[in-house]
Amino acid sequence: MTDELPKTHVAIGATDGDAAAAGQPLLRIEGVAKTFGTFRAVDGVSLEIKAGEFFALLGPSGCGKTTLLRMLAGFEAPDEGRILLSGRDIAQALPHERPINMMFQNYALFPHLSVRDNIAFGLKRAGMARAEIATRVAEMVALVKLEGLEKRKPDQLSGGQRQRVALARALARRPQLLLLDEPLAALDKKLRESTQGELMELQRRLGMTFIIVTHDQEEAMTMADRIGVMKSGRLAQVASPRELYEAPRSRWIAEFVGDVNLFDGESKLRDGHRLVIGTRDAGALVVAEPREPVGAGRLAVAIRPEKVKLSRRGPVSEAGREKAINRLDGVIADICYLGGTTTYKVKLDTGGMVQASVANSARTDVDAYSLNQHVVAWFTPDDCMVLQS
Amino acid sequence: MSARRIFARPARFAAIAPYVWMVLFFLVPFAFVLKISLSQTAIAQPPYEPIFDLTAGWNALKAAFAALSIDNFRLIGSDDIYVFAYVRSLTVAITATALLLLIGYPIAYGMARLPKRWQAVAMVLVIVPFWTSFLIRIYAWINILQHDGLLNQILLALHLVSRPVVWLSTDTAMYIGIVYSYLPFMILPLYATLAKMEPVLEEAASDLGAPPWQVFWLVTFPLSLPGVGAGVLLCFIPVVGEFVIPDLLAGSNSLMIGQTLWLEFFTNKDWPVASAAAIVLLVVLLLPLLLYERLQKRQLEQGR
Repeated sequence: MTDELPKTHVAIGATDGDAAAAGQPLLRIEGVAKTFGTFRAVDGVSLEIKAGEFFALLGPSGCGKTTLLRMLAGFEAPDEGRILLSGRDIAQALPHERPINMMFQNYALFPHLSVRDNIAFGLKRAGMARAEIATRVAEMVALVKLEGLEKRKPDQLSGGQRQRVALARALARRPQLLLLDEPLAALDKKLRESTQGELMELQRRLGMTFIIVTHDQEEAMTMADRIGVMKSGRLAQVASPRELYEAPRSRWIAEFVGDVNLFDGESKLRDGHRLVIGTRDAGALVVAEPREPVGAGRLAVAIRPEKVKLSRRGPVSEAGREKAINRLDGVIADICYLGGTTTYKVKLDTGGMVQASVANSARTDVDAYSLNQHVVAWFTPDDCMVLQS
Repeated sequence: MSARRIFARPARFAAIAPYVWMVLFFLVPFAFVLKISLSQTAIAQPPYEPIFDLTAGWNALKAAFAALSIDNFRLIGSDDIYVFAYVRSLTVAITATALLLLIGYPIAYGMARLPKRWQAVAMVLVIVPFWTSFLIRIYAWINILQHDGLLNQILLALHLVSRPVVWLSTDTAMYIGIVYSYLPFMILPLYATLAKMEPVLEEAASDLGAPPWQVFWLVTFPLSLPGVGAGVLLCFIPVVGEFVIPDLLAGSNSLMIGQTLWLEFFTNKDWPVASAAAIVLLVVLLLPLLLYERLQKRQLEQGR
């Protein structure tokens, strides 16, 4: 690492660099839209990304996240809207004119060039002096731990090594913004997890701004400071991983990010700071009043499986009537042992089904429930989320 | 290994089939030609001697072998007609191949970048001329290029020329004919490599700061080299030995080796010299082929 590289890690919300000093975000996307034929791939997306941020675009395939990324790289020109990088509109600039680099899905390494020449490709295009290129390449090779492989061709490398070359090649020009298109999708699970950590470490050390596109919500949650969830060409929610998980803005997001139990309901009754929602499958559920007032009409009560507790009898803390707890009776219908946790599906007496995820905190199975055993599933009103259907 | 075991395994038989083919249809005829090239002209039927008479006994056969000589090759080496014919053939082939590459590459590149369903249409359009006889198409070119032909009529109508231009019996006409006839053989292998190439590699190059012309020279072209090699060979080799196109479209003052061969065989009835000329041509053509194969082998080894 040389001294030229900014070393400070910039926390979310903190400011850094010229752009931020002027009160601007590094990247500002304003009402960007792109239509292919009759298909509106990106439909009016606005977003601000700060310098030093690790941002993830998350969504199912076909949601427009890749198209949005390609517009940032310059491979597609937006039909509408502006893309401002450090205050300059780059929406119509060609890819080679942008101080942005991309790490491609499947890496797109040049098969006819060695590792060294792949990494040096962008530096040569920038007209850098030969000696300087050699230094920078050596630095990048060390950064991604590829020493000794400089002369290899891409097809003489393993998948993990290719991924590193792609990363080094994209970082070599020290772009203001690095785009990563499903960078870990081609790696196996173990390698993917260790690489996630390395990517985060690298981003923090270089103080660079990363935008990653992924369909893997776990990957996005692990790495990103903020996540933008995309659906049908629009940003459905932009939030921190925790907020996204604990306070999803819609039923669709709640289902997309993590597992969730959903109970559709209609009637609504106010009881102090609590709402009572009558659901079809689980009877009346007491929930904490959401911060944003919910409108009338169809609602859904959502509860994450790990927040549903199971016990053989009713919950012990059920002392006073005012400390309301949602209590659902049922029998174990399905058991899914996952090692660290066990997921139980409980068939409720009221007709519905609820999933509970229980941590296996002891090696022995004395606490485990068996099929068809009668259990009580319970959860607090504060752990419930009220979602507009 | 017994023949039964070979035929019991279709895969093995398939593996030796090309060799059987090569022996029967290349090596055996080649041996005939080689033998004739070492013989002497004779006013007889067939027009050369000695002739191996396998029934005449061992000594006669030995005498026939002894009568073989390399005089014909000496003649080819010393006579300017043959040397000029080889030089002209190679010059024409190199020029024509260069033209074919210059014209074929953009077409193949354009085809490979078309939407998938249009690629199939373009492919058919490239192949469709093959449905008409090659000879008829060359005669059609005579029609187009002649004094009052289509080309001169168009040029006159557009007032680009004031008098009809002489096209026929010129090298220009010959190059038009060669480029026209061989273009599909250049386009198809180029198209195959370019269509196989991932467009994302070009995007990566441009993302790393390469303007379009550098993207082409540093990424697209180097990666299409196998197709370039195949297309160049598919055109160069047959053009060296081309007979019909120069005979019909070019002037008669300088001959290509194919025409010289024809003259020796059919007009002069000098089979031995013609055979020797054919063998020299084969050696000349074999060199670039061997070179190409070595190049490919090296690429394969590098790829490992």
